[in-house]
Amino acid sequence: MTRETIALKIKRQDAPGAKPYWNVFKLPYLPHANVISCLQEIQRNPVTADGKTVTPVTWDCNCLEEVCGSCTMLINGRVRQACTALVDILEDPIVLKPMSKFPVVRDLQVDRSRMFENLKKIKGWIEIDGSYDIGEGPVFPEKIREKAYALSQCMTCGCCLEACPQFTLTNDFMGAATFSQVRYFNLHPTGAMNKEERLEAVMKSGGIADCGNAQVCVEVCPKKIPLTESIAEIGRETTLQLLKNLVLK
Amino acid sequence: MPKREKKIIVIGGGLAGLSATMKICEFKVKVTLVSFQPVKRSHSVCAQGGINAAIDTKGEGDSPEIHFYDTVKGGDFLAHQPLVRDMCHQGPAIIRLMDRMGVAFNRTPEGHLDFRRFGGTLYSRTAFAGATTGQQLVYALDEQVRRHERDGLVQKLEWHEYLGAVVDGAGVCRGAVVHDLRAGNIFAIAADAVVLATGGPGQLYARSTNSTVCTGSAAASAYHQGAKYANGEFFQIHPTAIPGQDKLRLMSESARGEGGRIWVPRDPGDNRDPLKIPEEDRYYFLEENHPLFGNLVPRDVASREIYDVVYNRKLGVGGQPMVYLDLTHQPPELLERRLGGIIDIYRKFTGQDPSRVPMKIFPAVHYSMGGLWVDYEGDGHGMIDHKSPRNQMTSIPGLYAAGEVDYQYHGANRLGANSLLSCIYTGLLIGPGVVRYCDNLDKGHDAVPSSLFDQAKKNWDNRFAEIKRMNGRENPYALHRELGDLLLTNVLIVRENKKLLETLDGIDGIEARFKDIKCLDTSDWSNPTPSFINQLYNMVHLSRIIAKGALLRDECRGAHYKPEFDLNQPDRFDPHEFIDYLEKKHYGPPREEDYPPGHLAYMQRFEANEEEWLKTTIAQYKNNGPEISYEAVDLSLVTPRPRKYD
Ligand SMILES: Cc1cc2nc3c(=O)[nH]c(=O)nc-3n(C[C@H](O)[C@H](O)[C@H](O)COP(=O)(O)OP(=O)(O)OC[C@H]3O[C@@H](n4cnc5c(N)ncnc54)[C@H](O)[C@@H]3O)c2cc1C
Ligand code: SF4
Repeated sequence: MTRETIALKIKRQDAPGAKPYWNVFKLPYLPHANVISCLQEIQRNPVTADGKTVTPVTWDCNCLEEVCGSCTMLINGRVRQACTALVDILEDPIVLKPMSKFPVVRDLQVDRSRMFENLKKIKGWIEIDGSYDIGEGPVFPEKIREKAYALSQCMTCGCCLEACPQFTLTNDFMGAATFSQVRYFNLHPTGAMNKEERLEAVMKSGGIADCGNAQVCVEVCPKKIPLTESIAEIGRETTLQLLKNLVLK
Repeated sequence: MPKREKKIIVIGGGLAGLSATMKICEFKVKVTLVSFQPVKRSHSVCAQGGINAAIDTKGEGDSPEIHFYDTVKGGDFLAHQPLVRDMCHQGPAIIRLMDRMGVAFNRTPEGHLDFRRFGGTLYSRTAFAGATTGQQLVYALDEQVRRHERDGLVQKLEWHEYLGAVVDGAGVCRGAVVHDLRAGNIFAIAADAVVLATGGPGQLYARSTNSTVCTGSAAASAYHQGAKYANGEFFQIHPTAIPGQDKLRLMSESARGEGGRIWVPRDPGDNRDPLKIPEEDRYYFLEENHPLFGNLVPRDVASREIYDVVYNRKLGVGGQPMVYLDLTHQPPELLERRLGGIIDIYRKFTGQDPSRVPMKIFPAVHYSMGGLWVDYEGDGHGMIDHKSPRNQMTSIPGLYAAGEVDYQYHGANRLGANSLLSCIYTGLLIGPGVVRYCDNLDKGHDAVPSSLFDQAKKNWDNRFAEIKRMNGRENPYALHRELGDLLLTNVLIVRENKKLLETLDGIDGIEARFKDIKCLDTSDWSNPTPSFINQLYNMVHLSRIIAKGALLRDECRGAHYKPEFDLNQPDRFDPHEFIDYLEKKHYGPPREEDYPPGHLAYMQRFEANEEEWLKTTIAQYKNNGPEISYEAVDLSLVTPRPRKYD
């Protein structure tokens, strides 16, 4: 399919709480173009299809190779990263909207700090003694490593939360990414030493018990993280932990 | 005397900034960590292939000393040797630390760390986590910093931009001026010291393998405030990237470390499906021209070879500037496990599967060996005194630099997988020194008069007000593209003085047009345009350092190549001949007949060139442009000699 122009329809909003509005842009078609390169083209020529000069659209991005997680947005209704959204395989017009489950900052930018706060709540780190050289880390099988690696690629992009029916703008549900990180840290031999604290963190309000098992998270995760497996496993572990707590108390 | 409370600002949350923050926190000193974006999304996440440390788990006889030699040789001897040596000796400890922090490094059947090969060495020295090593390292450090954040030692200012240092009348850095990228306001923060860990300036070229925030703007700001900038002309062009409008996406050297081969059809008109082209019709030019290192020659060498094959010999695939990077002979399962990250990138951006079809790649701007000049203190035994406050300090007292933004570990050409090492190494190294610097200060940050900060803030407020008033005809983003195109055409793999002169004129032209910019958006809230205009201004000045440094350096060294000054190494030259030559010189004038024909003359040319050019380029801001001077390189440990990788 050869095209001469491409159309972009973008939902804009000047500030949090401001009224959203739409702009349509027509751009020359270029080979290898993706949604980011189109947005950059708009920066170079911020004129709408009906000839009105507007402010350039704002969005977040950085790595442009789907590893930093910045540029998540809704593209033709689907939540994904803009950098890997190739124009050649997108339907025209390309409709861009900010994610709906996070507060809009401006245009396509949203505030995902809630995800980082959750990482604090679950103690998402290995409790090392210090950074001085005290020798090699624990020896463990490549098989476990592979399992951990699959989880460690989570780039806090928010796709899974956008898709999740349980996760809303106003509730405190933690969501799949966070549960999966609990599993990740608990898999590590040193991380496992604080396993219970992490489980306790997802047994509170907004925790794993609120998961409705819709299983859409795993479908949208760009890193193919086995989220439903993580949820099932953390579900089992928290149940055990609950029983343990009952017996011990 | 009660100890006063110390405070340090770290700008940047890539590997260098995060490791510096973590280390400083271990001294129970408070850190304000400033970054454009959430630190977890820093540019360092792009790093794919791995991180070097000579742990020799495969019985190959590798050692930190060999790593040191490979690194200084790879850098064409332009790096200070005690620093490189110290870094290489710290390598194993750094890998063990990252391993303890939970990085999912690939492992051996026994469960130890696995290592693979990378360019410019004959040893398996590169630890890796699939092909997303940078991401994994950033996450591990980010997690440790989050732990310190929970403990109240770290205050993060994400979505904040560093504009400049607060420098007092005595020239000492007393804090930083920061711009809130959401609310739009500007404020000054007092501190005992400021660490710039702001990464490289790949965006000067507009299209590179770098992330969008890599503008080098913070370094340029320091340069404008009087800091020395060193070796700017040494920019690494990575041999293997895929073309794109917005970014040239890297296909890591690890692809070749895992057996990838570079080739083109021998016959330029050969339009057959690459898989149908038989071995004898393929030209594996790196393997043929460099039998010893093959596809793993250093990057400067590989990029020049590709350039030569494509432009001089017109052998690019389908007549295009492209060569094949072929992994199709490797089992798909191995590719998935050891290179998954980059295989995915190639698939996503080209729609093709590298396990079935050879990738089409071309060199791209990748890494700046140059950067802010920083100091160090040797321990007198060929290593570094880890407690010295001088380590990593720029020429502005109290202003430090670590990571890609500094200049001193990679000489004229960086070896693959050595940057992640130097970033973490410098981050950790800075810790004890900067804390000691704070202890030694005559007065702490809280005793500095507030008028100094008010003034600094006011200057930047005025500057941004001025930018917002710009109402000319030039679009800043389009002008950035033009600057990038200018550098891409003239300051790349092969450089000529005539074109470099044109580039400097071109930069003047862009600076003149800069004054006619229109600030496309003048609102206050979350408005990136004024920031970008300020960054563009800084990029214009940085590119001048690079072009002028390149113009003045009339020689070939590492990534800086001017055919006019090629010393033409004779065939079958052995670098040890040069050591022998130096030795023999002590006993009288060397004799022509002691060497194969042409070798003595070459060695004499080489020696004269070293005499003239083996020195660090220093740029200082004077009269709206860089004034260039040169400094000696610390060569106290190994004798520089001609490089050779055949
Ligand atoms: C695609 C790619 C692959 C690579 N692969 C490898 C590899 O396999 N092995 C290897 O050794 N090296 C590799 N490199 C090189 C290596 O990744 C970088 O040199 C290294 O990550 C730089 O880290 P840094 O900490 O210095 O800076 P960065 O990671 O660039 O971080 C800079 C930080 O500073 C912040 N910042 C910058 N300016 C400002 C400002 N004005 N105000 C506020 N914040 C600011 C940014 O937000 C960011 O947080 C690769 C590079 C690329 C591009
Ligand atoms: S789990 Fe997947 S979709 Fe969810 S935040 Fe992580 S990478 Fe994104």
